[in-house]
Amino acid sequence: MKPDPGLVLRRTVVNRIAIGLFLGATLLAVAVLVLILGKLVFAGVSAFSIAIFTQGTPAPGGTGGLLNAIIGSAAMTLVAILLATPIAVLAGTYLAEYGRRSQLGNVVRFLNDTLLSAPSIIIGLFVYGVMVVPAGHFSGWAGAAALALIALPVIVRTTEDMLRLIPDSLREAAVALGCPYWRMIVSIAWRAARSGILTGILLAVARISGETAPLLFTALNNQFISVDMNAPTASLPVVIFQFAMSPYRDWQNLAWAGALLITFSVLLLNIVARTIVSRGSR
Amino acid sequence: MFTGADSEMDQKTAGPSGDLLPATAGRGVRVTRGAAVEPYFIWLTRICAVVVMVLLAGIFMVLLIDSLPALRKFGFGFFASTAWNPVKEQFGALAPVCGTLISSAIAMLIGVPLALGIALFLNELCPFKLRATLTVTIELLAAIPSIIYGMWGLFVLAPFMSTHVQPLLIAWLGPLPLVGALFQGPPFGIGMLTAGLILGVMILPFIASISRQVFATTPPVLREAAYGVGANTWEVSLHVLIPYARTGLLGGIMLGLGRALGETMAVTFVIGNAHRISASLLSPGTTISATLANEFTEAVGDVYLSSLLALGLILFMITFAVLFLARYMLGRIDQKVAA
Repeated sequence: MKPDPGLVLRRTVVNRIAIGLFLGATLLAVAVLVLILGKLVFAGVSAFSIAIFTQGTPAPGGTGGLLNAIIGSAAMTLVAILLATPIAVLAGTYLAEYGRRSQLGNVVRFLNDTLLSAPSIIIGLFVYGVMVVPAGHFSGWAGAAALALIALPVIVRTTEDMLRLIPDSLREAAVALGCPYWRMIVSIAWRAARSGILTGILLAVARISGETAPLLFTALNNQFISVDMNAPTASLPVVIFQFAMSPYRDWQNLAWAGALLITFSVLLLNIVARTIVSRGSR
Repeated sequence: MFTGADSEMDQKTAGPSGDLLPATAGRGVRVTRGAAVEPYFIWLTRICAVVVMVLLAGIFMVLLIDSLPALRKFGFGFFASTAWNPVKEQFGALAPVCGTLISSAIAMLIGVPLALGIALFLNELCPFKLRATLTVTIELLAAIPSIIYGMWGLFVLAPFMSTHVQPLLIAWLGPLPLVGALFQGPPFGIGMLTAGLILGVMILPFIASISRQVFATTPPVLREAAYGVGANTWEVSLHVLIPYARTGLLGGIMLGLGRALGETMAVTFVIGNAHRISASLLSPGTTISATLANEFTEAVGDVYLSSLLALGLILFMITFAVLFLARYMLGRIDQKVAA
C-alpha cells in the first residue's frame, strides 16, 4: 500500500501549525511577563528616591515617599502571619497525621482547597462584617485579620503536603521506641518538615503582601505615619491603588515606585521559597 | 535535614539497651506523663482544623445576614433589575452580575487555549534543559499581585487597545451581522474587552500549571503507543493526551474560572465602572467585585451598604459553586493517580 501524498502533506502541515501555536502561546506568556516587568522597572526606577523610605505620602503636588504605607504593610503582614501560622500549622498537622483518612479530615481538606482560591474581596467583606461594624471604625487589626484569613489556607496546604513527604518509617521508628505520637510529631515530623513549612509561610507572605481588595474595607488608609493598629492603617497596595487612579502625575509616579517595590519583593520571596524546596528535595 | 531527629532517636535507643530492663519505674512515669498529653494535642490540632471549616460557614452566614435588608426590600427583583441609583436608593444586581459573567467568559476564551498550548509545549516539545526555567517563568506570572496587572492594564494595555486594536476591530468586525453588535462604539481602551484580556492573562498560569501536571500523569505507554503507530505531536495531543486528561483539565479550567469571577483589582482599573449592560464589548461596564472595590467605602445608608453585601453574597455563591465543582473533578484525578 502506497502512502497517500496528499494525506501526508496535510498531516505534516497541521502538525507544523499546531507546534507553531504551542510555541507561540508560550512565547506570548513570557513576553507578557517581560513587558510587565519592563514597564515596572522603566516607570518605577525613575520615580525611585531615598525619600520613598524616609517620608510619608504627600498631598498632590508636594514631595514625599511611601514610609507610612511601608510601615503599615509590614505591621499588618507581620501580625497576620503571627495569627495564621500557629492555627494553620496545627490544622495542617491534623490533616497529615491524625485526620489522614477521617471524614473530618476529608471535609476540611476539601474546604481548605476551596478557600485557597476564594476571592479575597469576599474575605474583606467578612472581616468588615465581624470586626469593622462592631468596632464602629476601620482599623489595622481588621486589616491584619483579613490578611491572616488569606494566609491561613496557604500554610495549611503546604504544612500538610510537607508532612506527607516524610516517610512513615521515620514515624514508626519513633513510635516503636515508645515515643508518644504527639511527641513524635513535635520532635521528629515538624523538625524534618521545618524547611517545607517555612516555605509555606514565605509563600503566604508573598501572597498577602500584594493583596489590595480585602484591605479596602478593613484597614482603609491613613495619610500619616502611624503605628497605631487600632486606627485606619495605610498599606502599600491601597496607596498604589489610590495614587494610580488619581489624575496627578507625581502621585502616579509614586504608585509606580511602590509597584516596583512590591513586585520585586514578592518575586524575590517566591524565588527564595522555590530554592528552599528544590534544595530540600535533593 | 534529618540530623536533629536522628540525634534525638540515638538518645532514646541508648536508654533501654543500657538498662537491660526496659520498664523501670522512672521510665514508666515519664512515658505515662507523655502519653497523657496525647488527647489534648489531638484535640488542639482537631480544633484548628475545624476552624477552617467554620470559617467558610461563617463567611456565608455573615454575608447572608448583612445582605438581608436589601433582599427584603427588593425581593427577587434585586436579581433581575439593572437599576443602580444611590440617591433614590434603588439597587439591582443584574448589571454587575452580567459584567462578571461576560468578562470571565472573555478571559476563558483567551486564557484556556493559550494555557493548553503552553502545557502541551512544556510537556511534549520543550527541550529538557529549558523546561524547568520556562515552567518557573510561567508560574511567576501567577505571583505578580493583581494590582500590578491593573496598573499595567490601565497605563499600557488600555492606551494600546484604544489606538491600535479597537479601531481595527470596529472597522473589520463592526459591519458584520450579529458579531458586529459586539464591536460598536468609540474605542475607549477601557471596557469589557480589555478587562477580559487582562483576566485571561492572569488565569493563564494557573490553568497552564494544572494542565501540565495532569498531562504528566498520562501513562507513558499510551503516548509511546501512539507515537509508535506514526501519530505526530498534534495527533497525540488531540487524540491521546487531551481525552485522557479531560476531567483534570476541566477541573483546572474551572479553577481558573473561579479566579476570574472573583478577581477584583485588575478589573477595577480597566472596566470603567459603568452600571449598565451593553451589547458592545468595547463599552465600559462593571463587575461585582469592581463595584464593591469602587463604592463600598463611599456607600452611605443601610440599603446601599446592604445591597453591596448582597452582591458579595451572589459572588460568593457563584464562585464557590464553581470552585467546589473544580475541586471535585481534581480530587477524582488525585485518586486516579494514587491508584
